[in-house]
Amino acid sequence: MHSIIQGKVWTFGNNIDTDQIYPGRYLELTEHSDIAKHAMEGADSNFIKEFIKGGIIVAGDNFGCGSSREHATITLKNAGVSAIVANSFARIFYRNAINLGLPVITCDGILSKVKKGDTISIDLQSGIIRNLDNNVVIEGDKLSEHVLNIIERGGVIPFFKKDL
Amino acid sequence: MHAIEKILARASGNERVAAGEIVTAKVDMAEVNDLYLQVVKSFKEMGGQKVKHPDKVCFVLDHYAPAPTIQSATNQKAMREFVQEQGIKYLFDINEGVCHQVMPEAGIVFPGMVLVATDSHTTTHGAFGAFGTGVGATDLATILISGELWFRVPEVIKIQIDGIPQKGTSAKDIVLHIIGKLGPSIAVYKAIEYCGSTVENMSIDERMVLCNMAVEMGAKTSYIQPDDKTMRYIKSKIDREFEIFTTDKDYKYAKEYYFNVADLTPQVAKPDNIDDVDGIDNVDKVEVHQAFIGTCTGGRLEDIEVAVQILKGKTINPRTRLVVIPASKGVYLQAVQKGYIEELIKAGATISAPGCGPCLGAHQGVLAPGEYCVTTSSRNFPGRMGSTEAKIFCVSPATAAATALEGRLADPRKYILMEE
Repeated sequence: MHSIIQGKVWTFGNNIDTDQIYPGRYLELTEHSDIAKHAMEGADSNFIKEFIKGGIIVAGDNFGCGSSREHATITLKNAGVSAIVANSFARIFYRNAINLGLPVITCDGILSKVKKGDTISIDLQSGIIRNLDNNVVIEGDKLSEHVLNIIERGGVIPFFKKDL
Repeated sequence: MHAIEKILARASGNERVAAGEIVTAKVDMAEVNDLYLQVVKSFKEMGGQKVKHPDKVCFVLDHYAPAPTIQSATNQKAMREFVQEQGIKYLFDINEGVCHQVMPEAGIVFPGMVLVATDSHTTTHGAFGAFGTGVGATDLATILISGELWFRVPEVIKIQIDGIPQKGTSAKDIVLHIIGKLGPSIAVYKAIEYCGSTVENMSIDERMVLCNMAVEMGAKTSYIQPDDKTMRYIKSKIDREFEIFTTDKDYKYAKEYYFNVADLTPQVAKPDNIDDVDGIDNVDKVEVHQAFIGTCTGGRLEDIEVAVQILKGKTINPRTRLVVIPASKGVYLQAVQKGYIEELIKAGATISAPGCGPCLGAHQGVLAPGEYCVTTSSRNFPGRMGSTEAKIFCVSPATAAATALEGRLADPRKYILMEE
């Protein structure tokens, strides 16, 4: 994967929990293509209709709080979300995202620097985020080498397979 | 070192570990629930053929117990087959109840262990001095293959609780109050240790509630130092060797908070945020359509006991439904033997099979648009228990029972005080 990700921004607020990302009534689904159809349904029912693949989710504090359901990351990844930038992430969600190779970048105050519809680029190596609409440059947290390695291989499954 | 660090040091074969360090720890018990057929899928995708330690794995079919749809039945069937084919030692089928109640009752939880489960409320097991944490499916699959998982050693936040709570307030009120004060992300990537005289006086059931809800502050794990009460419980369940760790006197906590709960009133987390908490006196007494007593947070024997104390010989409000789901078969059986279930049915309750029930919005009492619910479960996120247009109040079992009686959000203290 490229270490630069570019896409249109879709914004959310604070404490977007896993029930909003992927409502509990769909937890029995197991096919990733079926799971993808319900991304963010509990927070914004227009998301799945209007989201353009490759787009980037930008959110406030504690994104992904709540349940350990991996469906929450599966749904976003398979809906075509290319990265998530937030003030902070809930621990299990963060781990699940890395495990599936979905880049998650912590960047305090990001919501004040970008708005819905802006195009941003993220350099995963340096954590530098550029708002291409107004040329504002924002410094996000760097991913650790271990995490970057997992993401570059497309998640922990291929990573693990290689080591077996 | 903190006791939690000593647990991770033992499990990772290190003499010392420190907060921030990444360690690979051997997992003493890995639990998979029936939301996670993905665990089996990831295991196979990774090239897994044989589960490394089938005696250290359990499957608990609790979220869809019994299966409400063909899809969930099919997922459970595939899990039973995986358990059989891999020789996995523990299968708790749909007759057993919620994992966090079932596992301690079955004697597979002990102090000093590393317990990893596909459920965020695995922090519950800190009540027994275990390191319990929740992960997703793919992390759990790596444990099935390797028997290990990497962890970042967490900083520890100390929460000291003192004071004798009033009649009618319980561990649930205390932890809601704490979350209301500290917020839902205070402990992200960190651990929470509870201590103080109130915690010492609490029963094991109540301590489990405190630890269970630690994840609602973002905690990775939680901890209560095992004492005589813990040991009596553990010894009644298991006969095996384990080590109890204690925190060094010079350990420096990341943060320390102090709460005195002597004057605390029953607490309510209002829709739709678990940290939007206020005392019952300050909350509008809205009409409530459903009261739910159950789950890994509020479905234990003491919870059912307090509901019976309030409801015995009375009838719930005809406009309100009361759903009661014992957390486990063990709880259910005791509640039957003590006559509690009979009293609840007479009062108008609907009793459902042990398990998670409507907590995750899948079955056994989901909410319609526009409905209000009080629940003893742990989350009031929009859409958590059904429609995103339903409103959820998180309360104690006593408050839920009083509310079912009055048909409106109600203060349980008057009923409990009357009993004295």
